[in-house]
Amino acid sequence: MEAFFTIANTDLLVAMVRLSTPITLAAIGAVICERSGIVNIAMEGIMIVGAFFAAVGALYTGNPWIGLLMGIVAGGIFSLIHAVATVSFHLNHVVSGAVLNILAMGVTRYFMVLFFGHPGTTDPIPNNLGQLRWAIPGLSKIPVIGRMFFDQTPIVYFSFILVIFFAWFMKKTKVGLHIRAAGEHPLALETIGVSVKKMRYLGVFISGLTSGMGGAYLAIENSASFTEGMTNGRGFIALAANISGGWNPIGAFIASLFFGFADALQVRFQVGKVFDIPEEIFIIFPYVATIIAVAGLVRRSRPPKEVGVDFMIEQEGD
Amino acid sequence: MSAPQDTKQVILETKDIVKQFPRVLANNDVNITLHEGEILSLLGENGAGKSTLMNVLYGLYTPTSGKILLNGQEVQFNSPKDAIDLGLGMVHQHFMLLDPFTVTENIILGSEPGKRGTIDYKQARREVKEISEKYNLKIDPDAPIETLSVGLQQRVEILKALYRRAKILILDEPTAVLTPQEVDELFEVIRDLRNSGVSVIIITHKLEEVMAISDRVYILRGGEVVGERNTSDTDKTDLANLMVGREVVLTVEKEDKQAGDTPILTIEDLRVLNLKNFPAIDGLSLDVKPGEIVGIAGVDGNGQTELAEALMGLLSVDSGKITHLGDDITHMGTKELIGRSISYVPSDRHRFGLILPMTIGENIMLGYHDRKPYVRGIQLNYKYINSHAEELVEAYDIRTPDVQNPAEKLSGGNQQKVILARELSREPTFLLVSQPTRGLDVGAIEYIHKQILAMRDRNVAILLISLELEEIFALSDRIEVLYEGKIVKEFDPKKTSHKEVGYYMTGGKE
Repeated sequence: MEAFFTIANTDLLVAMVRLSTPITLAAIGAVICERSGIVNIAMEGIMIVGAFFAAVGALYTGNPWIGLLMGIVAGGIFSLIHAVATVSFHLNHVVSGAVLNILAMGVTRYFMVLFFGHPGTTDPIPNNLGQLRWAIPGLSKIPVIGRMFFDQTPIVYFSFILVIFFAWFMKKTKVGLHIRAAGEHPLALETIGVSVKKMRYLGVFISGLTSGMGGAYLAIENSASFTEGMTNGRGFIALAANISGGWNPIGAFIASLFFGFADALQVRFQVGKVFDIPEEIFIIFPYVATIIAVAGLVRRSRPPKEVGVDFMIEQEGD
Repeated sequence: MSAPQDTKQVILETKDIVKQFPRVLANNDVNITLHEGEILSLLGENGAGKSTLMNVLYGLYTPTSGKILLNGQEVQFNSPKDAIDLGLGMVHQHFMLLDPFTVTENIILGSEPGKRGTIDYKQARREVKEISEKYNLKIDPDAPIETLSVGLQQRVEILKALYRRAKILILDEPTAVLTPQEVDELFEVIRDLRNSGVSVIIITHKLEEVMAISDRVYILRGGEVVGERNTSDTDKTDLANLMVGREVVLTVEKEDKQAGDTPILTIEDLRVLNLKNFPAIDGLSLDVKPGEIVGIAGVDGNGQTELAEALMGLLSVDSGKITHLGDDITHMGTKELIGRSISYVPSDRHRFGLILPMTIGENIMLGYHDRKPYVRGIQLNYKYINSHAEELVEAYDIRTPDVQNPAEKLSGGNQQKVILARELSREPTFLLVSQPTRGLDVGAIEYIHKQILAMRDRNVAILLISLELEEIFALSDRIEVLYEGKIVKEFDPKKTSHKEVGYYMTGGKE
């Protein structure tokens, strides 16, 4: 039991925030996307594409900021395939998402070999964002909280800003209201003259941008290289965070912190050999946490009514 | 009531509107005119093309050909936005409201006040208040839609149109979901609106509505205008005949009949929990005698669904007792109930009554699909299934070229006839009918009412659940008012009125 207290310290909480960041970013995207009415299980794939292109950008230009931008843009562009398939061609959202996840794995492996001559892992990225630790003067001195939230790397801060921005955006702006309406009752929106199609494209695109950023975080900030499959299901966990968080950016952030905590704990149990059982057992931690969270919380929150439902205007008859 | 239309200005006009869907010609050369400050009805059966026409006017559908003139100018609506901008407002039959959102959010949606993309909720609230006071339509601007009654939700829809400065208001089947009191209130609102200069178009298949509120009426059938009348110069029979295209009987003749003494079905102190664990039926007692139709009147959501499902073993009974022919059937499963001469016509024919992609023959077999002669060994006996279905198609006048057609290809009226054929041909002792004519046309209603009355004449005990008071009054020998899961009042239909029953339906007390 003594060993347990060696890991339950501020470092664990700092790691929680760090590990939750990619989930938070994708989860905000999931909130916007599902609120607009589109289920996006392709976020896992979008993240991996974002991670890959961020690594490519950072390696080729030597500038991690260009890498970040490339990761975000690549995620956005890749997500548009999902938008075209589901909104314009009325394809089932889950089918399209599943296909894109497989496509993402194939595409990154193909480009991996094309750009680097081998599959697997890229060379280390010499200039990465993990090297930039931005301590906020004053605030970072607060015990525990200071190190958790005010002594972090750039994208971690961006994720905080985005959570607050999108919480405001959804509640207080016209476009935010329209996106919420598109997922709740699309025909109501269309009949007062706002295009549901545009709102849904926008919802998917935003989720592409934030997931791309989440992927970039993994490759150029949390670690300093790209490895195939390095997202490890975080895109799916983000969906669960969106659901547990009640389709709301702040809730999704809190749920992401929870999943980040499970992840941090897992790493420490594995490394610290706290209990005398095979460490591989702990790898399932975040996933078990996901199942429990979704099963326990899902019934209390209500999804947008028409999420996952196709919208088509001109129907036959009366 | 009829105003001298000719002296008033024409505000809206359609010229030879044609709307061709891939398989259906929904509008064929439709010409209508709307005068300023007039209440105009468009009357027609389902599929007559009324809603299509309105969706064309509202910019939701693009017409295949034809012109729309607004104040004499030709206009083109590419989206509802164009129509809204030119002063058209529409209240859809299925409300276009976002349930978890507030009244204010719903009203301003798409026309939000505020700068640089943000919403000024303070100003929005103020504007909503102003408009609701101006037209005397009281509403709480902060209430979420889901907490409002259907009548108030409709009020929000009307305010939504007025907020966008609608000069022409289109109402699609506005009374379909309202209680009699709410209907009166709505008519009051519509008259007020007319007096303040709004022109109103009402789309409906209800004759009473046309007669009660409109100045003038167009009758549509098969996508064409088949008649135009001033309401003051016509009556219900004339309109019904035009609408259906043949002579129809509006209220089926019902002879007095003495019910038997021993009840076939008895319900004692029944309590049923709904899916949210809330007692939807709470201490309900009732009996139905042979040769009697007991009508359950009530506003939707007062336990009708739960009562029907508990009777049919689809929802478990929490406490209380149901007896059929002397046997306790409280906890019997659906299959057993079907086997003991209990028949059921569910309210939602698409979800519970039929399996739409399956053939008419298969649908008629449903429920008996595990017994002879429908099965032979482990195989279905299609020869019998189809020949039996053919007999019933003939006997119940189901319009279909073939019993092997899928049920989804039939019109609503014919689908309902398939269910009736299945349930009535099994010679029930107890028949539960829920909303048997929902969404059906005058002609089909006439037929179905006749069939139900014929079962009564054969001494079947019938429990009728309906949200349509007209129907309750036309068929019942006894009316029981259901309110919040209890029977609150019993009436003899000959000695009461719609008003009185409606009063108890909405929670009124003696």
